[in-house]
Amino acid sequence: MSTALQNLVNQPYRHGFVTAIESDVAPKGLNEDTIRMISGKKNEPKWLLDFRLDAYRRWLKMEEPTWSSVKYPKVDFQAISYYSAPKSKPKLDSMDQVDPELLRTYEKLGVPMHERATLAGVAVDVIFDSVSVATTYKAKLAEVGIIFCSISEAVQLHPELVRKYLGTVVPVGDNFFAALNSAVFTDGSFCFIPKGVKCPMDLSTYFRINTQDSGQFERTLIIAEEGASVSYLEGCTAPKFDTNQLHAAVVELVALDRADIKYSTVQNWYAGDENGVGGIYNFVTKRGLCKGVDSRISWTQVETGSAITWKYPSCILQGENSIGEFYSVALTNNHQQADTGTKMVHIGRNTRSTIISKGISAGHSNNSYRGLVRITPKAEGARNYSQCDSMLIGDQCGANTFPYIQVKNHSATVEHEASTSKIGEDQLFYFAQRGVGTEEAVSMIINGFCKTVFQQLPMEFAVEATKLLGLKLEGSVG
Amino acid sequence: MILQDSKTLLEVRGLRATVNGTEILKGIDFTVKAGEVHAIMGPNGSGKSTFAKVLAGHPAYVVTSGEVVYEGRDLLELKPEERARAGVFLAFQYPIEIPGVANSQFLRLTYNSVQRERGNDELDPLEFDDFVREKMKLLEMNPEFLDRSVNEGFSGGEKKRNEILQMALLEPRLAVLDETDSGLDIDALRVIAGGINQLSTKDNATILVTHYQRLLDYIVPDYVHVMDGGRIIKTGGKDLAVELETRGYDWVGEEFAAARVTA
Repeated sequence: MSTALQNLVNQPYRHGFVTAIESDVAPKGLNEDTIRMISGKKNEPKWLLDFRLDAYRRWLKMEEPTWSSVKYPKVDFQAISYYSAPKSKPKLDSMDQVDPELLRTYEKLGVPMHERATLAGVAVDVIFDSVSVATTYKAKLAEVGIIFCSISEAVQLHPELVRKYLGTVVPVGDNFFAALNSAVFTDGSFCFIPKGVKCPMDLSTYFRINTQDSGQFERTLIIAEEGASVSYLEGCTAPKFDTNQLHAAVVELVALDRADIKYSTVQNWYAGDENGVGGIYNFVTKRGLCKGVDSRISWTQVETGSAITWKYPSCILQGENSIGEFYSVALTNNHQQADTGTKMVHIGRNTRSTIISKGISAGHSNNSYRGLVRITPKAEGARNYSQCDSMLIGDQCGANTFPYIQVKNHSATVEHEASTSKIGEDQLFYFAQRGVGTEEAVSMIINGFCKTVFQQLPMEFAVEATKLLGLKLEGSVG
Repeated sequence: MILQDSKTLLEVRGLRATVNGTEILKGIDFTVKAGEVHAIMGPNGSGKSTFAKVLAGHPAYVVTSGEVVYEGRDLLELKPEERARAGVFLAFQYPIEIPGVANSQFLRLTYNSVQRERGNDELDPLEFDDFVREKMKLLEMNPEFLDRSVNEGFSGGEKKRNEILQMALLEPRLAVLDETDSGLDIDALRVIAGGINQLSTKDNATILVTHYQRLLDYIVPDYVHVMDGGRIIKTGGKDLAVELETRGYDWVGEEFAAARVTA
């Protein structure tokens, strides 16, 4: 690889600072008492404690999965602290009561916590380590019946809704990391959009891991009732540590008849240094259930961070004519590993799904797309279109595509296209010969490559994502 | 056209270059003045394309000795993009495809990069659209090429037209056209050659790298050089090309070898 390219892909991480804030951190280790402690701290009802204990007992009997292409030393689950919260008083009525140190942290990260300072009306729920520290625009949303708050708060204020839907899309024993999350999740966001309501603004959650040895296990639950629609954004960063932090989230989406949920993520967890030391292990289970007829769930993700990404936002297309979409850009650099993709499970008649995956690998990284399209016997007339493109920058990195296709109904149509391309010396020389330097050339090539995915992102997020990819790849040109 | 008192644009002296450790150029001496058209001919593997890429600064080629002076500056000191902005243009033998990047966007970026260097105004997308459509007429190109990805799915002839379109936009002072005639049918050849002729002025110069005399029926060179084994072994006027077409290259090589023995 030319030195120009090498310099270009080695750009420092900008969110790597630690906030000096006093935290209430639980001792390391996991057992039933830890779970009772978490549940107790959160003043949870008994059914939720039982839910956690059930998950924990299942988890004890499960094996960590090894089927993905990612490689990492065994995680010591007893060396992690399962609860960490800033000491200043939790749950606040107004932003003015937020610890100024926290406010400064999010200011530095560019996350608006003051409603007056927010971007064109995006409501934000901010999660710092294990707890939600603030949610903006709550009152305004409540006027139209939308509930947007932390999941801990929802457990207190709307226990019937949480109980009705929690674990219905991702059951407690679904997989190793989902079971762990179900046992120890500490906070996350809860959104409920009632019948017929189109959410008037984008909802957003910003996740920040601050403590060195804590894991983040957030739980997000979004419900859109009949005819409701919502666009939800998720952003994440973490400080630079030379140890690895575990992030094992579960996100569940439920769309009833004619409901529409659009879930967008820009993931920028710390990815480790150029030698692969440190960084977040991002082992996440995200799944949406298109329960009602004509419902639609659309996942868009831009994955740029984490030492390891292991994540398959999926759609269960149960309702007739329901639609599942997955648009993904995954960028890996240095020694990052990503094994990401989706599952589209077609159950209802005339269900449709689209998968567009763009993987970009640079440095010594390894980037895999892994996706399942399953057409069950009852899914008359189901259709899927998948397109998986990989781009390599330099010659030390790898890209793989693992499509799994299971068709049990003869009337179904499944299409899969894949391509691999390379930003090579010749492409850059072509640009250079026309007067365009390496940085601008790479940025144009990457943006061209990702265009179909970026078009799916809400405007501000698309701008952010473009900048972020630029940051990840820009640098001094040698 | 050969002009009295015209400025020397390019002066190459004793140029040697290697790729992957193998020496390809073995001492090239070559001078181009403003207003001139030079043809470099020669058999496959003689070093013609390498010479073109070395002038443009392709990173895979290493210059081991010699010098290249362009408008009084040491060309070898400049990065490829700096050479381009200074007015050196290479029309690629195999133009590169860039998926997902609209041709219009690419053309405007290159145009503005070069204009910025020359202290001219950059064009916004609307202004550029008018400007580029005019230039496309010169090459009888359909405007739909603006919306397609750069060179992706273009036929061989379309790619070559797109190269000359870029030449028309960037208005280089030294244009090096590497096998621009290869893969063209006779109509495309006529159109592209017509475009190149229209771009020729007394202030710029063109170097045509080609296998065949065919192109030279349309673009009449002032000088024809024969390259073989990494050297220029014979230089003549436009009649030399015709002679090469009938007699082949062997006799030039023999003549050169004989001359070396007696010298």
